[in-house]
Amino acid sequence: MMVETLHQLLPGFLIPPFDALMRMGQDTFGAAWPDLVTLVWTVVKVMLIIAPLLLVVAYETFAERKVIGWMQVRIGPNRVGPWGLFQPLADGLKVLLKEIVIPAKADKPVYLLAPLFSFAPALIAWAVIPFNDFLVLANIDASLLFVMSVTSIGVYGVILSGWAPNSKYAFLGSMRSAAQMISYEVAMGLSLVVVLMVSNSLNLVDIVQGQGRGLFAGMGLKFLSWNWLPLLPMFVVYLTSIFAECNRAPFDLAEGESEIIGYHVEYSGMAFAVFQLAEYTAMLMGCTLVSLLFLGGWLSPVSFLPDSILWLLVKIFCVLVLFFWVRATFPRYRYDQVMRLGWKVFIPVCLVWLAVVACWMLSPLNIWK
Amino acid sequence: MGSMKEIFGSLLLKELLKGLSVTGRHLFARKITVQYPEEKTPQGFRFRGLHALRRYPGGEERCIACKLCEAACPAMAITIESAEREDGSRRTTRYDIDWNKCIFCGFCEEACPVDAIVETRLFEYHGEKQSDLYYTKPMLLANGDRYETQIAADRELDSKYR
Amino acid sequence: MEFRTFVFYFLAVILVYAGLRVVTLKNPVHAALHLILAFFSACGVWILLGAEFLAIALILVYVGAVMVLFLFVVMLLNVDLDRLREGFWSYLPLGSIVALLVVAEMGLVLFYVYSGVPESAVPPAGAGYSNVRELGRLLFTEYVYPFELVSAVLLVGIVAAVALTLRGKRKTKSVSPSQQVFVKARDRVRLVRMPAEKGD
Repeated sequence: MMVETLHQLLPGFLIPPFDALMRMGQDTFGAAWPDLVTLVWTVVKVMLIIAPLLLVVAYETFAERKVIGWMQVRIGPNRVGPWGLFQPLADGLKVLLKEIVIPAKADKPVYLLAPLFSFAPALIAWAVIPFNDFLVLANIDASLLFVMSVTSIGVYGVILSGWAPNSKYAFLGSMRSAAQMISYEVAMGLSLVVVLMVSNSLNLVDIVQGQGRGLFAGMGLKFLSWNWLPLLPMFVVYLTSIFAECNRAPFDLAEGESEIIGYHVEYSGMAFAVFQLAEYTAMLMGCTLVSLLFLGGWLSPVSFLPDSILWLLVKIFCVLVLFFWVRATFPRYRYDQVMRLGWKVFIPVCLVWLAVVACWMLSPLNIWK
Repeated sequence: MGSMKEIFGSLLLKELLKGLSVTGRHLFARKITVQYPEEKTPQGFRFRGLHALRRYPGGEERCIACKLCEAACPAMAITIESAEREDGSRRTTRYDIDWNKCIFCGFCEEACPVDAIVETRLFEYHGEKQSDLYYTKPMLLANGDRYETQIAADRELDSKYR
Repeated sequence: MEFRTFVFYFLAVILVYAGLRVVTLKNPVHAALHLILAFFSACGVWILLGAEFLAIALILVYVGAVMVLFLFVVMLLNVDLDRLREGFWSYLPLGSIVALLVVAEMGLVLFYVYSGVPESAVPPAGAGYSNVRELGRLLFTEYVYPFELVSAVLLVGIVAAVALTLRGKRKTKSVSPSQQVFVKARDRVRLVRMPAEKGD
């Protein structure tokens, strides 16, 4: 399986040495060779996802500073390299060289584990994200459920980073953020239930392909049959929940710089940077999910243009810019307002729309057949 | 009736879109950043930067050790000791300004009856230790000597308003 | 050794180790963290069995929500170990009887499995078989009454929890955003046009 795929991917002159390598491996390792090849090939694929991902995350911070700068009639970072393009590298270097101060009475192993707890889930979820009909690391049946369960683990990073440094301010901050994340997971899950209902699948590839069919898609205007239009309230709820889930403005109580303190007060240097990386990776994940679930993933908006991974990248970029745009625009929510929005507005809206869509699907006006 | 309209209006998130449109428009507005080391914003002649002690054109220092500046200083950054000079005039033996304390309010300048202590336009300075920002009388006098033309021109411009 | 077997033993060893640490660790937060590790390993074992929906639901529900609350409680309790150890000897007889009963039950189950019952009575899944779809179908057809009953019990639990915690008058003061939304500028501010006064 792997061998055939590689045969298609490799340029012609590399095929004979590749075949020779395969034969040599077969002779040396015998029966274990296919398993070994699978392992190596999977690691290579993981690297092919992770490496560009981390690069994108680094430049996400740069793009955010630039966009917010422009919106505030500034020009943003422009000193390091041409147009400030090396700024993320400089930031990374600076943060690497800084000292990690561990509080004296901290629980050291848990203290050092907490950043990983928030970063790792944000990376693991990419295992099941499809980039087009075939380009997916693990096309499992319940991939959407997998993404949800893995991202829900990220809350441990928040809780442990509040508890481990033995500081009451960090702990209060972590309580706040964790409660916020768990509350919005409920609204997020409920809005996803509606998406699952109309696409009749838990598989992300199926969900995207399902959006390419429908009344408007038949007329050539594919973008009108993507989920965002028929499920507009769910789209808004999901998008806002992603904001809250990633601790982004206007729900960024974790890092409310001037008013309150977040869960990562006691972290410095690279340990703190890992939290930032986790936040930006989770944000990219959220943008990708919005693009896949509501904006038709890699489908092209009109039927005379071909479907391509480029469309997905464009959509992710647009949603990302929306994230920055919102951060530049709205003031921070007060904590009780955050909770009220999650529990008293979003969940009722989701439940009502769930019933509406269910009735719609059973009525003769069903557009999702 | 009116409140129903408002409820549905609030569901349309009109305010949010209005706010987004404001920032969206500014995304394309002309940027007003001043690229600092290469470009600089204009300074007024009353700019309050680092201090200097002035001299009369003949070379005699202006300060008469009246200690009005020391009394006026709200941050207690100025320390003065005075003694009689050989020619019988009262002069300072010590005139120190601690720029760690100074808040650049300009009261010393205002209190001075002989325009001896003035603030220059100098604001690009740094110190690597606290003691680097502790200026003694010779250093202040040197400051005055170096920027005398600028200081005199600024006083001249300001004289109409005093 | 097949790769699956290797994965199984790998997960099983971690699971057993984590389970042991849960009961032997002195720090309750560390114990809770090991419980999470145990959940993860169990999830891996379930995926090996082909029950990926159950495995992911285990993570989503237990690790993602239940253990979070559990950790909160453990962190806030500030457990005093010396006081917990005080009654050790007086509780020992009762505790050992319960432990023996559990061991006996587990032994019976294991004995039942190893004494001739076929390993798995479930036929292998055919192509196009979806775990989730089958589970959903069963829940809403064959087991619909137990399912509804469980939901009702959970609802009672939620209502009871809210009723228990929301006793007495609310002591905090806060503005209500739903009322704030309806405030218009003209309700609060009256703009008065005044001619400028003539100077002397």
